[in-house]
Amino acid sequence: MRLLPLIASAILTTGLVFTLDTQLKIGNTKAPRLGYFLSPQHGFWKNAEKINTNFDATIIANELKGNVDVYVDDRLVPHIYADHDDDAYFVQGYLHAKFRLWQMDFETRVASGRLSEIAGADKLPIDRLFRRLGMPYGAEQTEANINANNPTMKATVDAYTAGVNAYIKQLDPADLPFEFKLMNYAPEDWTPKKTYLFLMFMSYDLTGRSASVDLQLTNTRDYLGYDLFDKLYTNKQDSLDPIIPKGTVYAKPSIIPIKPANSDSAYLHTTNALAFNNVEMLEAPDKNNGSNNWAVSGTKTKSGRPILSSDPHLGLNLPSLWYEIQITTPTHSTYGASFPGSPAVIIGFNDSLAWGVTNAGRDVFDYYEIKFKDSTQNEYWYNGAWKSTTKRKEIIKVKDSADVIEDIAMTHWGPTMFDTHYQNTQSKGRSLGVHWTAHYSSTGVETFCLLNRAKNYEDYLHAISLWTCPGQNFVLATKTGDIAIKQQGSFVARWERQGDFIMPGEDSSYAWQGIIPNDENPMIKNPARGFVSSANQPATDPTYPYYLGAASAFPLYRGISVNKHLTSMNQITPQDMQALQTDNYNVFAATARPAMMRYLQLDQLSNDAKRMVNEMTNWDLNNSVHSKGITVFKIIWDSVEQAVWGDELAGSAIPLTKPEAFVLLDQMNKDSNWVIADNIRTKDKVENFKDQVTLGVERATKKLLELEKENKLEWSLFKATRILHLTKMPALSRLNLPIGGGVNIINATTENHGPSWRMIVHLTDEIEAYGLYPGGQSGNPGSPYYDSFVNTWAAGQYYRFLFLGKEKLKQNARTKWHLQFKAA
Amino acid sequence: MKILISIILSALLAYAAGIYGNLPWWSFVITNLVVSIAIPQKAFFSFLSGFIAIGLLWCGLAILLDQGNDHILSMKVATILPLKGSYIALIALTTFIGALLGGLASLTGSFVRSTK
Repeated sequence: MRLLPLIASAILTTGLVFTLDTQLKIGNTKAPRLGYFLSPQHGFWKNAEKINTNFDATIIANELKGNVDVYVDDRLVPHIYADHDDDAYFVQGYLHAKFRLWQMDFETRVASGRLSEIAGADKLPIDRLFRRLGMPYGAEQTEANINANNPTMKATVDAYTAGVNAYIKQLDPADLPFEFKLMNYAPEDWTPKKTYLFLMFMSYDLTGRSASVDLQLTNTRDYLGYDLFDKLYTNKQDSLDPIIPKGTVYAKPSIIPIKPANSDSAYLHTTNALAFNNVEMLEAPDKNNGSNNWAVSGTKTKSGRPILSSDPHLGLNLPSLWYEIQITTPTHSTYGASFPGSPAVIIGFNDSLAWGVTNAGRDVFDYYEIKFKDSTQNEYWYNGAWKSTTKRKEIIKVKDSADVIEDIAMTHWGPTMFDTHYQNTQSKGRSLGVHWTAHYSSTGVETFCLLNRAKNYEDYLHAISLWTCPGQNFVLATKTGDIAIKQQGSFVARWERQGDFIMPGEDSSYAWQGIIPNDENPMIKNPARGFVSSANQPATDPTYPYYLGAASAFPLYRGISVNKHLTSMNQITPQDMQALQTDNYNVFAATARPAMMRYLQLDQLSNDAKRMVNEMTNWDLNNSVHSKGITVFKIIWDSVEQAVWGDELAGSAIPLTKPEAFVLLDQMNKDSNWVIADNIRTKDKVENFKDQVTLGVERATKKLLELEKENKLEWSLFKATRILHLTKMPALSRLNLPIGGGVNIINATTENHGPSWRMIVHLTDEIEAYGLYPGGQSGNPGSPYYDSFVNTWAAGQYYRFLFLGKEKLKQNARTKWHLQFKAA
Repeated sequence: MKILISIILSALLAYAAGIYGNLPWWSFVITNLVVSIAIPQKAFFSFLSGFIAIGLLWCGLAILLDQGNDHILSMKVATILPLKGSYIALIALTTFIGALLGGLASLTGSFVRSTK
């Protein structure tokens, strides 16, 4: 008689299991399977790491040649001591996976266009973008090259891969990283290709802006015409202080790039009429991806030994891009920041020297317009004949939906990014091929593996000579007293303006005419001024025989600030270098404020505007946490810019890129009647800087009064620096950090971008080094080590690195745990 | 007495099944079912045993892990879910979900015997 209740109850139970075991949709994102997620033996509770976790462990692995000892210090930094290099990389892979597995999986998914596979159709735009940009294609070129030609690098990456997989293999499903549980998927095995995909992502991050910028510049030139364009987007930078000091004499170039005969009519003064309004769809890498690095020689330091500083500026995320590590084997002992996803130390030092990198910012990405014979895209027109394409099939798996296939026509230029299948209503089916040095095969991180082992200047030169993309400024300081900096990468021998816009793809005269030989890349060693430095400014003055790319790609003012400080400093200590890395002085405002004040007609201002101007003029020119003056200055400057060239740019239906601040400032300082200052919409009146600055201040005041009402005039409250979790979930992020700095400031911390690793190395006999990154060694949001460096970083403080031999480190008071890796 | 034994046995078996990470998270539905078939009780008491067993187990484990963690993770999850960042609400939700399903499983078991 109880059959009915039995059935009812069974259905209810099964139904509830089913519901709690299904990913429900909340808003735009899928929620976890609630029952699984909440289960204390399976779900997120298992990731609530004990505050005083003991990380001691013994790991037995078949792949090891010998035993490896890892001592972990109180900041959770591992110090690896191995008898074989490959064993060290195996353990590095294992540790990266143990502490950062989800991030490694996620970042390489992004790079390979495989987000839809786990997150559904919402992520198709970004997946299609990266497939069509040829990200997997580029990674495959490097993988094939290393497998065929470079057994040492192959062994290195294979050992690293085996280490990651050894961790994945022993991982109990209940101990999966938190985000896998949240997003409801499982990690897959690591492969060497994933390491190369990760490196492709760095190439995209540091050179891929051109994918958007070239379209924007083309659109802007089309809208304004080349002559006006060349005024607003000029390549002349009056205040440039280049990496290689002005006046340096350059050797005769071995390649003299020849401008195509028809470049004036068919290139510069043409209009492509592309009107790509989907450029905003491209997730352009941050414009401020840059960095500072410098080295001072013993002549300028208190100890008589060089000091090197390096702080790469990148998007700030949790878990951090960086993972701190020491690797010690019989061949080398190296300490620094590594990339979870790649073997070796990327920025760091060993017992002989230290090195750091900043982005070169050179243009190594161009678009060529392709004319296909027909919609099959089997043939395209080139040098007066039809040439065959090959096809690359990219299959995008989509969660809960059918596969999406990208059939990409490959020409000799590279993958066809835009065509009739990947376009918008205004692109009218035009096709654009991509030519990009990131698609050239490389030797992966061989440069860094060699830098890890470098003993002297010659070793450094050899190591970096192998670097191709993304181009970097490699700074060096050695214990023997050498300092040097070299801009290195595969750089294109360009004629002026080549590749700033979309180029005709039917004609070989627009092709790259060569890669600049390594020994012609800008470099300097032991200069008389006693320091070398870079801050993403152009490497050279215009006497360098090759075109560096559009000036808008290079920030100017941080470099001026760094050089000014270093020139005047003497008896330098590592503490002085810390103060410089976190310096908030605004060298741009130091020039721009008096320039504006010269034109401002104070008597015409409202009382509120006068009060704001007063706030700005009383400002000490430091972008400090509580400063209101910087906020007022920034809003006023932006408003003046808008008043000056907003009218020229208004009215375009397609996105135009804003001219650079230096263009306006340079003109304010030399030409009070600059033609652009006139408002082209007032026919009966010719405005000048006086009118526009005064108008700009009055307009800015409205916005400033609103900010004042919201209590957001203080710089850190206005800027609201945040470190976002890779999923962008606020709960897993750190928001509203009390930190100063900003654009044009040595402390380049903006809203979500800034010094992603700060390092200072004093090359004394026993190396004295300091640093940190805004994150923590653990990628687990449930660990106290998830964001343990963030507050120290925001406060501008540093940790002293423990860089010691095995016996000394073992006995150090800061050493907490011991992981033993044993060969089976 | 029966109810006490039933609760303890259900909780123990559920915990044991949960140790194996490869088994599904809802394995306790099966173990509860088995216990309530093995120890027949009236429907209400059977439900109550399953409810209390899994509720206590999940509540206890969650509190234990959360205390050791200083609420670092629970406060983040309680913002995502969204429970206004309250770890207490998150523990309560965890307890309730486990308890409800545990109770239903045991209730189902109680009807198996009585149909014969």
